[in-house]
Amino acid sequence: MKLPAVEIKSNQCKGCGLCIDSCKPGVLSLSKAFNLLGYQYAEYKQSGCTGCEACYYACPEPGAISIHKEKKVQVQR
Amino acid sequence: MKKELIKGNEAVVKAAILAGCTHYFGYPITPASEIAQAAAYYFPLIGGAFVQAESEVAAINMVYGAASTGVRTMTASSGPGLSLKQEGISYLAGAELPSVVVDVMRAGPGLGNIWPEQSDYNQMVKGGGHGDYRNIVLAPNSAQEMCDFTILAFELSDQYRCTAVVLTDGSIGQTMEPVEFPDEVKPAPAKDWAVRGDAATRKNLVTSIYMSTDQLQSLNQRLQKKYAEIEAREQRWEDYRTDDAQLVIVAYGVTSRVAENAIEELRSRGMKVGMLRPKTLFPFPKKRVKELAGQAAAFLVAEMSAGQMIEDVKLAIEHRKPVEFYGVSGGNLPTVEGIVKAAEAAYRRYS
Amino acid sequence: MSETITTTTTVTKGRPEAIYETFERKSGKDKLTTHYCPGCGHGRAQKLVAEAISEMGLGDRTIFISPVGCSVFSYYYMNTGNVQAPHGRAPAVGTGLVRARPDSIVISYQGDGDLAAIGTAEIIHAANRGENMTVIFINNAIYGMTGGQMAPTTMVGQRTLTTPSGRNAATEGHPMRMAELIATLEAPVYVERVSCTDVKNIHKCRKAIRKGLQLQVERKGFSFIEILATCPTNWKKTPQDSIKWVQDVMEPYFKPGVYKDISATVQPLPRPEPKTDRKELEKILGLQSGKTVAKTTGKIGERRIKIAGFGGQGALTAGAMLATAGMNDGLQVTWLPSYGPEMRGGTANCSVVISDKRIGSPLVTQPNVLIAMNRPSLDAFEQEVAPGGIIMVNSSLIDRKVARTDVKAVYAPFTELAAGLGLKAAANAVAIGVFLAHEKSIDRERIYEVLRTSFKKKEAVETNIRAVDAGYEYKA
Repeated sequence: MKLPAVEIKSNQCKGCGLCIDSCKPGVLSLSKAFNLLGYQYAEYKQSGCTGCEACYYACPEPGAISIHKEKKVQVQR
Repeated sequence: MKKELIKGNEAVVKAAILAGCTHYFGYPITPASEIAQAAAYYFPLIGGAFVQAESEVAAINMVYGAASTGVRTMTASSGPGLSLKQEGISYLAGAELPSVVVDVMRAGPGLGNIWPEQSDYNQMVKGGGHGDYRNIVLAPNSAQEMCDFTILAFELSDQYRCTAVVLTDGSIGQTMEPVEFPDEVKPAPAKDWAVRGDAATRKNLVTSIYMSTDQLQSLNQRLQKKYAEIEAREQRWEDYRTDDAQLVIVAYGVTSRVAENAIEELRSRGMKVGMLRPKTLFPFPKKRVKELAGQAAAFLVAEMSAGQMIEDVKLAIEHRKPVEFYGVSGGNLPTVEGIVKAAEAAYRRYS
Repeated sequence: MSETITTTTTVTKGRPEAIYETFERKSGKDKLTTHYCPGCGHGRAQKLVAEAISEMGLGDRTIFISPVGCSVFSYYYMNTGNVQAPHGRAPAVGTGLVRARPDSIVISYQGDGDLAAIGTAEIIHAANRGENMTVIFINNAIYGMTGGQMAPTTMVGQRTLTTPSGRNAATEGHPMRMAELIATLEAPVYVERVSCTDVKNIHKCRKAIRKGLQLQVERKGFSFIEILATCPTNWKKTPQDSIKWVQDVMEPYFKPGVYKDISATVQPLPRPEPKTDRKELEKILGLQSGKTVAKTTGKIGERRIKIAGFGGQGALTAGAMLATAGMNDGLQVTWLPSYGPEMRGGTANCSVVISDKRIGSPLVTQPNVLIAMNRPSLDAFEQEVAPGGIIMVNSSLIDRKVARTDVKAVYAPFTELAAGLGLKAAANAVAIGVFLAHEKSIDRERIYEVLRTSFKKKEAVETNIRAVDAGYEYKA
């Protein structure tokens, strides 16, 4: 997967849609299907994430959204 | 330790500190205020804490907080204050937090007055708050026992993870008597259930909420088992000239002191009268009352109330022997003459 | 030789460490999601608190207090020490926690019913004492857990189950601004209201929580962070409309902002350390080692003594001195000050019992000794003295004789004798002297010992001893 990227655990999503509203690039949307809890869940369009983390903070569930990013680090060798 | 002439209320504080109590939370009320005053003086000196809470409710909840961390902690008050504390005491029972509460009883109901009564018996011995729970209730009748029972209250409350109440009255709290503080006090046991804000106790939870009905029922069953164990093991009493007694006076606290004088007088008139003095009110010394019911012709319960402990006496006797009552209230102390008169009448009627 | 090179690694921002991976304490099958409704403000706020705890490395030190209300189940989620509190009492429980464990990080997380209604006293006073804790106040203008009743913060006109036609200020009062109220107090170190709505404001909220926790780490005291939050379910609005309602209706009334910040100037709180050394405790408590050994084997029977006078005459002190002397002699003693219904006639009095056997009632109703230091005392207690008893009368102040004929009366001018020694306040010591002359129950030397330990100044000790002697030697 191309980084940065959003990972949404569909069975932890309650479909409130707040992440979708918060997403500036508009790369999140609501599924047609229902999850195990009975909600339509947020989905990532698999590209276009800027890693801004807005959706992470907008989401009330602690584990539903994760953001994966590349980070430059300096190592001694 | 050398004897010290000290008020019962003050002996409570020194005894608590010797027992390792470090945190006192309270609210002033007559006739218990000397306890808060002595606590305010001594607890900061020993590096502990005294907090004068904004209310009785807050005080008992501070005890709940401190007890959650495993420290030995206490509060003290009198009737109206205890009415307010009952919510917190119920939570302490549900969360099984060791804690010590001193009740220096005054006259009720309502504001009543500041003079002694023993009318908090029901609210302290029978529960008082919501839910099926019990407190261990100790009933000192001297300044020495105010010391000894305070220490015992800490030990028992830790052992059984419950609230232990020292139930006394205004006159025992106010009386100065020689007290010999103990040379040694057993240290508190380890409390691996506590929440101390450290890595070792991070996984711990102090709570009284159980959303599963079965879980709550099993907590309640466990609590009842614990109370049954307390009833089996911890009944304490004193026999006073009961060996040949045909009439047994049952009295606790200052009433038992007055009854001692009454018994001297009755004996001098040739009547075989003795006294059973409960030192624990929960557990009530049923065992001994039952035994005495086999020997005595009748019982006389003396209380500074309209008759509260008498129900426990009757339950223990199971209607095998008559139970008479002598009571004073409104802040009046029982008199030697009053007890003598009631006892003599009962004695003549039944033996 | 080492060289520094730059490389890339993958990092993930996900569930904070201070929130459990699975919620084992939660009942039911779903152990992965919270019990909060879709779009709930609690979920966001709690995630921010957990993130701060995790990133600041406070997980091992934190005690999170679950209140009563929707966040009652916080202990399902918070991977910290957890204590569940009675309704509204979290700041009092927190006081107990933080006083007992000054190094812990105590978070009192409360809703508006809990904090601003049933727990108003507790929050105001914990704030006023400046307890070292952080309070997170979730203001969503409604009671959530009980199903949507009016909260103290419900807006005027807002319909709830208990304001079916909308909150009427005339009968239900106005919404309470808790941040402003708390900020008027001296002790709180930091008070801010934030609005957990859009990204920008969520970050303000995040910053405020961190600041509150940091101040607690520095032991700077009480911080209060009010978070305006949504309750879509009870507001009967979509999560999106709920956020808009916070912005359009709540924010103009509950204005976000820093209401107080004295963190730059406030000094860290002291950190008491309880003493455990027995010898040190004994010293603080004034306990003396050794045993009290009886100095007398004298059979004195039981002396029931009443000492009465006006306040300031030292009747109570005289009683305590007699009792102390009796105790040091190895006798049984009790001392009870005027207390309860026996107090009358404007006199201060005490009951003293000195006995060679166990003492029954400490209350003296039929004294065999009455020491009357003024007229009202004699009037009040003369009739109570047991037949054959003795009444000691301060003839300096009492202008009548004892009326009873079945008791012995002794007259001595306590006050004048004391005044003659230059210390009128020693009238009670004279009274003790008179007592000792007629009652052989206590050795005079024991009283001297008590006087020697009662007064710091040598002069006062000597005057009082002379006063005792004057009373003892007085011949009418």
